[in-house]
Amino acid sequence: MKRLFAIAAAVVVIAAGVYLALPRGQGAASADAAIKSSWATAAPEWQARLLQDETQKVCSQYRNVPPKAVAEAIMAREKATIVYPADGKLMGDWKKGEVLAQSGYGGRFTDYPPRAENGGNCYACHQLDAKELSFGTLGPSLFEYGKNRKFAEAEVKAVYERIYNPQAAIPCGNMPRLGASKFLSVEQIKDLVALLMSPESPVNK
Amino acid sequence: MPRRLSLALLLLSLLAFTAPAAAVDETEKELEKYRQMLKADPWSNPGLLDADRGEALWKQQRGPKNVSLEQCDLGKGPGKVEGAFAELPRYFKDADRVLDLESRLVWCMETLQGLARAEIVKRPYSKANQAGTELEALATYVAFKSNGLTYTPRLEHTKEKEALALGETLFFRRQGPMDFACATCHGDTAKRIRLQALPYLSKPEEARAVVGEWPAYRVSQGTVMTMQHRIADCYWQMRLPLIDYGSDVTVALTMYLVNQAKGGAITAPAIKR
Repeated sequence: MKRLFAIAAAVVVIAAGVYLALPRGQGAASADAAIKSSWATAAPEWQARLLQDETQKVCSQYRNVPPKAVAEAIMAREKATIVYPADGKLMGDWKKGEVLAQSGYGGRFTDYPPRAENGGNCYACHQLDAKELSFGTLGPSLFEYGKNRKFAEAEVKAVYERIYNPQAAIPCGNMPRLGASKFLSVEQIKDLVALLMSPESPVNK
Repeated sequence: MPRRLSLALLLLSLLAFTAPAAAVDETEKELEKYRQMLKADPWSNPGLLDADRGEALWKQQRGPKNVSLEQCDLGKGPGKVEGAFAELPRYFKDADRVLDLESRLVWCMETLQGLARAEIVKRPYSKANQAGTELEALATYVAFKSNGLTYTPRLEHTKEKEALALGETLFFRRQGPMDFACATCHGDTAKRIRLQALPYLSKPEEARAVVGEWPAYRVSQGTVMTMQHRIADCYWQMRLPLIDYGSDVTVALTMYLVNQAKGGAITAPAIKR
């Protein structure tokens, strides 16, 4: 009986120690408080950007490796945000797409009032046209993207969705949800789809 | 002074690179040449002009109380500047807060010299090709007084441990219209934005190589940039509003970074792109 009590006491002590050593839940709460106080002088209309939506919250919590059930919930929620072009045409103008892919303009506090349309800034993270040597490597190379997919119809829709809201396919992936956040318009996304999927696009040459 | 002249010409030639494609390799090569020349003559580092100016400011009697900062306690006792930066951020009993170098400087200017906080932090960062601000000069001076030492962060006080845990949480926290966290760009090895290489800051080897470089002299800006500014600039890129100078968030992230860089050499003011 005494031994049993000692074991039970040890278990409680160890469990309490493990619990105290984990900063998690408390970490998120103190982060919220710290964020609020650290942008105290920011304009109220900007403060909203500091708040996390559910997807940002869980991706932060799981450091981008969500358990299966959480991942499925993210994909379902994000898929529901995707809006398709009214006319059903998913491909725009690849030339406009290339301009968008080059532009990193938009969304910074120094970008207001807007002096240009928001850019997609694709080259910051991806290789596209092989002639552009200044490309980043945070995302995979998209050179010959359409060619590699045989310009298939289904792939056109898939890539539209991947640009509009990549988390519908890759929960907690690094790429911004450019359509869902309204950073890019449906028309702009169509132009980017053309840049990737049009046989005439330099991406596929 | 032919060496200074050649350094100046080298600087100009660096700034002249506009075609980004070929530029990075070339810029890196030129930067490397520059670093070699600095090794041969460390006193030709343009960041040291700010350190000198910072030392003069440190000793100058200023503010409503007309005193210098020489009695400022940076953690190792009043007036002790040597080695202080290597142990920052740390908990300060008088402020009952964990402070980094820059927030401690503000605290000393406020309490010792009687300057108004709002005035001190009104313009903390210089713009390209401007002289460094007073805070930049002071921070460069104090950091330079730890040049050659290694980071030995303290984790004794509960608030120091809390600051580290908060910094780690913040490093992985995604927010804003782009869903970015610090870890989005600094969470993997050998990645780059366009041609700019990105350090993997959660990996001690990579953190040790870069964290101790700040405050750094940025060749492209012609001015020194402090860690507060470096972090504020990252949040700007993340499309968040301008973060307050010396905030809990920037101090906690600095705490996280110096702990990742523990044992890494302090080379401030180093030369950066």
